[in-house]
Amino acid sequence: MNNKIEVKGLDLFFGDFQALYNINIEFAEREVYAMIGPSGCGKSTFLKTLNRMNDLVVNCKITGEVRLDGRDIFRAIDVNVLRKTVGMVFQKPNPFAMSIYDNIAFGPKTHGVAKRAQLDEIVERSLTAAVLWEEVKDRLKKSALDLSGGQQQRLCVARSLAVNPEVLLMDEPTSALDPLSTLKIEELICNLKANYTIIIVTHNMQQAARISDKTGFFLLGQLIEADSTDKIFSSPKDKRTEDYITGRFG
Amino acid sequence: MTAGKGGLHTREKVMRLVFLGSSILSLFFLALICIFLFSNGVPALFKIGAANLLLGTDWSPVDTPPFFGLLPMILGSVCVTVGAVIVGTPIGIFTAVFMVYYCPASLYKLMKPAVELLAGIPSIVYGFFGLVLLAPIVRTIFGGSGLSMFTASIILGIMILPTIVAVSEAAIRAVPASCYENAVALGACRERSIFCAVLPAAAGGVTAAVVLGIGRAVGETMAVVMVAGNQARMPAGVFQGLRTMTANIVLEMGYAADLHRDALFVTAALLLIFILIINAILFYISSINRLQHS
Amino acid sequence: MNIYKLIHFGVWAAAFLSAAALFIIIFYILINGAPHLTPDLFSWRYTSENVSMTPAIINTAVMTFLTLLVSVPLGLFTAIYLVEYSKQSRFLTFIRLAVQTLAGIPSIVYGLFGLIFFVTFLSWGFSILSGALTLAIMVLPVIIRTGEEALIAVPSSYREGSFALGATRLRTVFRVVIPAAAPGIMAGIILAIGRIVGETAALIYTAGTVAKTLTSLASSGRTLAVHMYVLSSEGFNTDQAAAAAVVLLALVAGMNALSLYIAKKAVSYEQ
Repeated sequence: MNNKIEVKGLDLFFGDFQALYNINIEFAEREVYAMIGPSGCGKSTFLKTLNRMNDLVVNCKITGEVRLDGRDIFRAIDVNVLRKTVGMVFQKPNPFAMSIYDNIAFGPKTHGVAKRAQLDEIVERSLTAAVLWEEVKDRLKKSALDLSGGQQQRLCVARSLAVNPEVLLMDEPTSALDPLSTLKIEELICNLKANYTIIIVTHNMQQAARISDKTGFFLLGQLIEADSTDKIFSSPKDKRTEDYITGRFG
Repeated sequence: MTAGKGGLHTREKVMRLVFLGSSILSLFFLALICIFLFSNGVPALFKIGAANLLLGTDWSPVDTPPFFGLLPMILGSVCVTVGAVIVGTPIGIFTAVFMVYYCPASLYKLMKPAVELLAGIPSIVYGFFGLVLLAPIVRTIFGGSGLSMFTASIILGIMILPTIVAVSEAAIRAVPASCYENAVALGACRERSIFCAVLPAAAGGVTAAVVLGIGRAVGETMAVVMVAGNQARMPAGVFQGLRTMTANIVLEMGYAADLHRDALFVTAALLLIFILIINAILFYISSINRLQHS
Repeated sequence: MNIYKLIHFGVWAAAFLSAAALFIIIFYILINGAPHLTPDLFSWRYTSENVSMTPAIINTAVMTFLTLLVSVPLGLFTAIYLVEYSKQSRFLTFIRLAVQTLAGIPSIVYGLFGLIFFVTFLSWGFSILSGALTLAIMVLPVIIRTGEEALIAVPSSYREGSFALGATRLRTVFRVVIPAAAPGIMAGIILAIGRIVGETAALIYTAGTVAKTLTSLASSGRTLAVHMYVLSSEGFNTDQAAAAAVVLLALVAGMNALSLYIAKKAVSYEQ
């Protein structure tokens, strides 16, 4: 299987504070990866490194290598193209203050799609992929802010899909949602696996166990262990992983 | 202590009433202003006729017979206000964006007080500046006297800048950071993220900023008197002089009598009505914003 | 050229223009006015040969003091009522709306109101008192708003702490809340002073344009801003008008700096 993303010797600093220590990991195509660990362990920071969202943080310094399809994301790829290829869904659903249609069309328009028919097609395809089309097809011109929380989060997934990403980063995408909406998003992730590499940060270990193929455990800025989800949850190599998992499973 | 308790209680009650009374005074003042201005304007409205006043194009209050057409001044106010908005709005909103998204922290420490100082400069100083520096420049480049709608618009545009910048900046800052991040995560560049994702979310506040700016431009008096030329005739062109409603009052109140004086009160009443409308719009915008945020 | 590059340029250009406007105005006024700030201009008496601004400065000081004397207690009491006493209600919305409307009324309209009410209806004539009361209504919204903000910014734990010790609401407000909010309130008052000092339109037809130092509150007198207007509109003394502008600018800039300094202190207290 091809490696989509390779991370080698990644260190990350916020000013004097080192947030990530020597991270090494590979992400294969069309698999779901879960990043788990206690709060503040660096898993979200790591995720944001993969599409260079940390660039927005002043004083953030990164050393080491991240390669997407073998190309260095810090030097060989334009940052906006990188972010198009590596999409991101955030913890809190945050639609733009515009119509449902315009929310989805925002990304494609950013990358030069201007034809109405083409946009229509993208909007329908993205919303269908995010299992939202049936619910909103009659009110595409209505404000996206009127949708429910779960619908908003699926809208945000659809918005990310609309720019044809190859990798999808999800930063605790269900932590702000009710159980029913969470279930829908999880189903959605399993469907999307057929076409995308998905890396999801989650606090919820049952969720990691349910949906991921591989799991990485972060602690204090270090990637302690990464392996197939089965192995991590049944026979972790590292004592700390075991403590965390058993502690959390009670 | 027990003896003092009743006294304490009374003092508490009395002061509560004093506080309440003070609050009601604001309402009372507003009512007083409306009543006195409108009651002084109404007689003229009947004697001269509403149509003659509001639609008359000839203002010659001391001729015989006198004409009290306020339309030239109404249009004059509209013209300079539109001009000021054209000058002040883009610069103001762009500056607000600069303050939030572009300005390095060290520069912000200078920019913020600078904008506040711009708001604090007395209008008479703006007017003087327009009169002695801007008007001659306009005269040299575009001909005419230099005292014109163009000059007045630029000065007013600068004067409403701080209002637009401050209110827009607050509105842009109130948009959650996630909005910007979401747009960036879709691969949009900084400019597209700000102008196509963040600004639509701040639209209510930014509109309020512009409306406030309009209110300030319409009501501005001294600066306009000094640079607009003040000819009481229908506005004739961008580089021609004109007279606003506010200027009309300042220029003629000193010697006006009888009907003439009353016509000036109508002018003030019109200004007041305009401000009341502006406030209604602002109230409407802010109630929409509150609905969206809840 | 890419539209976003153009916008990027536009943002910097706009910020530059805003800053440039301020600096050009200040420099121009300074260059034109400062050389004319002769000692003569500060002599005690105003004559048509020597348009001294000392009487106007004294009038300004008295006017400012009188205006604050009325507007500060009224404004502060209103702020206290709105923040500490009233519950969220339609009445509160009503008051807020009235204050907001008062803030938007043009100063010339205040001036005409003062002319009808204080000068004519109450027959106080053109006088410092008429002018000061007109200005008091005008700056009232400034005091109320900044006062409100300052009071709201006081953490509710302060009040709870005081209530827990058995203090009454009144005592809590005056002994605990107001001292904590004092810097914010002061900053608002200074802002109001800036507005009073710079006001012209509301004063021409209430306090009048007499160029003498006041002898009583019933005498007419021009403030510095009115003085500057009269000089520049007469056209004979443009240099002296520029000199007055320098003094006005210095006063306003000083007030702004002071307000900023006090507000900054308020922030550091909280930390």
